[in-house]
Amino acid sequence: MLKVFITIVKRDLLLALRRRSDVLTTLFFFIIVISLFPLGIGAEKNTLRHIAPGVAWIAALLASMLALERLFENDHADGTLEQMLIAPQPLSIIVMGKIFTHWLLTGLPIVLIAPLVGLQYYLPSDAVIAMTLSLLLGTPVLSLIGAIGAALTLGLRGGGILLSLLILPLYIPVLVYGSGAVTASMMVDAPVQPYFMLLGAFVVLALVFAPWATAAALRISSE
Amino acid sequence: MIPWFSIVALALFAIGLYWSFFRTPEILSEQKQYYKVIFIHVPAVWMGMWLYFIMVVWAAIGLIFNTRLSFMMASAIAPTGALFTFLGLLTGAIWGKTSWGTWWDWDPRMTSFLILLFLYIGYMALQSAIDDTRRSDRASALLLIVGLALIPVIYWSVNCPDPMQCTALHQRSGLGKIEGNILFAMLTMTLACWLYAFVVIFMRLRNIILERERNTEWVYKLPELNQ
Repeated sequence: MLKVFITIVKRDLLLALRRRSDVLTTLFFFIIVISLFPLGIGAEKNTLRHIAPGVAWIAALLASMLALERLFENDHADGTLEQMLIAPQPLSIIVMGKIFTHWLLTGLPIVLIAPLVGLQYYLPSDAVIAMTLSLLLGTPVLSLIGAIGAALTLGLRGGGILLSLLILPLYIPVLVYGSGAVTASMMVDAPVQPYFMLLGAFVVLALVFAPWATAAALRISSE
Repeated sequence: MIPWFSIVALALFAIGLYWSFFRTPEILSEQKQYYKVIFIHVPAVWMGMWLYFIMVVWAAIGLIFNTRLSFMMASAIAPTGALFTFLGLLTGAIWGKTSWGTWWDWDPRMTSFLILLFLYIGYMALQSAIDDTRRSDRASALLLIVGLALIPVIYWSVNCPDPMQCTALHQRSGLGKIEGNILFAMLTMTLACWLYAFVVIFMRLRNIILERERNTEWVYKLPELNQ
């Protein structure tokens, strides 16, 4: 089974490398949204520090959601998805491979660029570390849960907006605890560990259930 | 069944509204007589939550046993459930304005209820976006089940955003602590809402069945349609 996973990951990475702009557009969307908030709200230091966790997390949410359509789109268009559905290998593993590459290409860049957020929003170094770590734990969950939505809305006209409508309520726990972690790290005596433990729990739960739900949704969408 | 239920529903609504507005104390607290909106608020909130669970049950039955009628039942319940949820939020805002002084507060229970409204709307949106009936039924059913699995998580996350301390405007209070008068009115209104829900849902279900089966012979031969 590991071989299947690695094959899918290699294949998806190769395909993505041929179209490098996909990775960069997500990243730059994140950066632009982050930069828009100080312009819209005013660049006062304390305000920015206050809103930084929420803003960064919402931008990560939106960027992740916009990139989700591409998860199954290309394979669905050229028929590879059907081959994956009738393959003898378990669909959950194949799906997990695709979600992993998707996270590598969209979630991981966001994690790596998190210190930039810290720079723009005058965050103390503790908060920057907390933000990077919370995004590191949170973006896989976003990719995993988002994959369920992407599978449900496969090939539909409404596409991205419908996907957002379906997925955003399901993202709320991750958002609450992710930005809560960063906010807690900025307060003097608030413990940060509970947040990270909860985020870790979300990752584990999503890893177990989401590929299976996504596989079920793919079968439903491809009948 | 529908005519009977609608008559009983109307009667119960009449009794419930009359009782709640005229026979219960005029002034309960500083809220004066505005507290009476709770007779609509509590039933609406209960209905919103219960109808979602019932929808999920029907969706699960449909997915497991592959019956078309259960999916039709689930899609018939959705608009009524969404309406009750919206009413609950609206009356809750009225209650909040008159008792706590604010239209909206990001209270955990309120926020989770708002998210429930989003889940309803997501279900209805997905259903209407997919043309193929079979696929739309099954996809929306899966969405409902995923939503159900996440509702406790969402509720706890909104309830306790700071794991160290949790605060809420809604106080815990049991049903037994409510004065008899008020309790009767509230239960009457709840029963009235349930019957109203039955009536409306079955009427909608009838329409859905006729619409989906419009190319079959038994619909073609229905006496109502051959006048």
